[in-house]
Amino acid sequence: MSVPMVHAHGVRKHFAKLEVLKGIDLTIERGQVCCLLGPSGSGKSTFLRCINHLDRVDGGKLAVDGDLVGYRQNGSRLHELREKEVAARRRDIGMVFQRFNLFPHMTALDNVMEAPVNVCKTDKSQARDEAHHLLEQVGLGDRAGHYPAQLSGGQQQRVAIARALAMKPKLMLFDEPTSALDPELVGDVLDVMRRLAADGMTMVVVTHEIGFAREVADTAVFMDDGVVVESGDPRQVLVEPRQERTRAFLSKVL
Amino acid sequence: MTTTTVPVDTDRPAPQQLTVVPLRHYGRWIAAVAAIAALIGVAGSLAKNSNLHWEIIGHFLFADLIFSGLVTTLWLTVAAMALGLILGTLVAVMRLSSNPVLYGMSSLFVWFFRGTPLLVQIIFWGYAAALYQYVKIGIPFTSVTFFQVETNSLLTPAIAALLALGLNEAAYASEIVRAGIQSVDPGQSEAAHSLGMRPAQTMRRIVLPQAMRVIIPPMGNETINMLKMTALVSIISAHDLMSNIQDVYAQNYQVIPMLVVASLWYLGLVTLLSIPQAWLERRYGRGTDRGGHTSPLRRMLAGALAQPARTKKNTKEAGA
Repeated sequence: MSVPMVHAHGVRKHFAKLEVLKGIDLTIERGQVCCLLGPSGSGKSTFLRCINHLDRVDGGKLAVDGDLVGYRQNGSRLHELREKEVAARRRDIGMVFQRFNLFPHMTALDNVMEAPVNVCKTDKSQARDEAHHLLEQVGLGDRAGHYPAQLSGGQQQRVAIARALAMKPKLMLFDEPTSALDPELVGDVLDVMRRLAADGMTMVVVTHEIGFAREVADTAVFMDDGVVVESGDPRQVLVEPRQERTRAFLSKVL
Repeated sequence: MTTTTVPVDTDRPAPQQLTVVPLRHYGRWIAAVAAIAALIGVAGSLAKNSNLHWEIIGHFLFADLIFSGLVTTLWLTVAAMALGLILGTLVAVMRLSSNPVLYGMSSLFVWFFRGTPLLVQIIFWGYAAALYQYVKIGIPFTSVTFFQVETNSLLTPAIAALLALGLNEAAYASEIVRAGIQSVDPGQSEAAHSLGMRPAQTMRRIVLPQAMRVIIPPMGNETINMLKMTALVSIISAHDLMSNIQDVYAQNYQVIPMLVVASLWYLGLVTLLSIPQAWLERRYGRGTDRGGHTSPLRRMLAGALAQPARTKKNTKEAGA
């Protein structure tokens, strides 16, 4: 069997005295779409941020494509990686944020070109062609010259997805990508994500879109209070949950 | 709109026939006339005052001595601002660092140079030779010296002035740069990191360009202030514009006319300085404000044109 894309074993994380992750066990295979659901404060966003080391793991093992996140194992010791090495590993992991976080001083095209040109040292004209193509794919071919402030929330989020895809990642992380959007703009973003999933991208999605999770996810994971309460086939977890806590949550959001 | 719910009253003119009569501001007219009268009074009394000696002002306005002072004032302003900005950015980054020693040292630097009067610092550098007669490079606490030079030959009045102004400016600039860096949403750094950009790259390509928007207006202020603060270095006779003006009126006793000459030059230079500032603000305002692509002149014209346009809009709204 091949190495799983994400493998978490007993992952712990605390902020000062507050324990946010209390031992997460989770495996995401290549090409799978995994949706993380749960009430706010359950630790699902923190877990997602741990996967590309925006938050540091305090205990347990977390590996992406076989490589430990943020550490190098040397016998029984884990050595923290240098910033340069952390940055190198992040190249392969795309991330989409709730608040888009597009660079406001650059046009949509420059946002998408920024990392290929400055991180991968891709030739500018080639990066520009690829960026145009990506914007085309997310349905924003005619918005390349617009600044983020001139785009709607849904358009900004689609540019953000194109920006992450420009690095040709093997894994995409989505942190509540539609939570900051007006309801009528959610559909366009979910459509892009659906197509990405259909193309075989490995995706970890923190979301409140139960419908999307049921339709697209291979695995649904319900988290509460820093632990995985229930995980498995979304049609089972989200339709006939075994755990009382999952049932209580679903009855509130549906 | 509420108009749809109001029943139509056939006795009254239709809403689109109503004209709006703006409020007449009589008080404004009276105040304007009074202010203009006062201005004419002051200007008239100045014009008639023979003590002002316009012929002396005219004679010295373009004198060689004044020009050489101007050159010193200008290079001192530019060099001190450059020193202040470079050192200030360094101090700001130190102050934001998680290294407690760097943080402590930068805080100490800001505390000291902001906490003592600039005039004291200028005089201090001017008389630094009284503290250290020689500047030596060697191994501390031993008698080994590689290089030694007399302080007075190294610290000419102009260099002393530059050090005093630049170090003082660095303290203020560091706070401005720090505020600018902290004004950028942390999500920007996270996004850059998630794309694989390194911390230094993130700072240079993502954070600083956005921080510039916040940094430039106060730095423009600082530059204008600096131009005028260079006048203080006349206390150590650094041969700037003000030093030379003082030299002249010490001989001819025409204090007021000479101060008018100085003021005219300072005013002119300050006016010129606001042009690059406006340009920089536009350059770094890209993508953020809707005025990002218009020149300041256009914006000014648009502002003037917007006045009647706004009243028209009000009329429309009031009529609706």
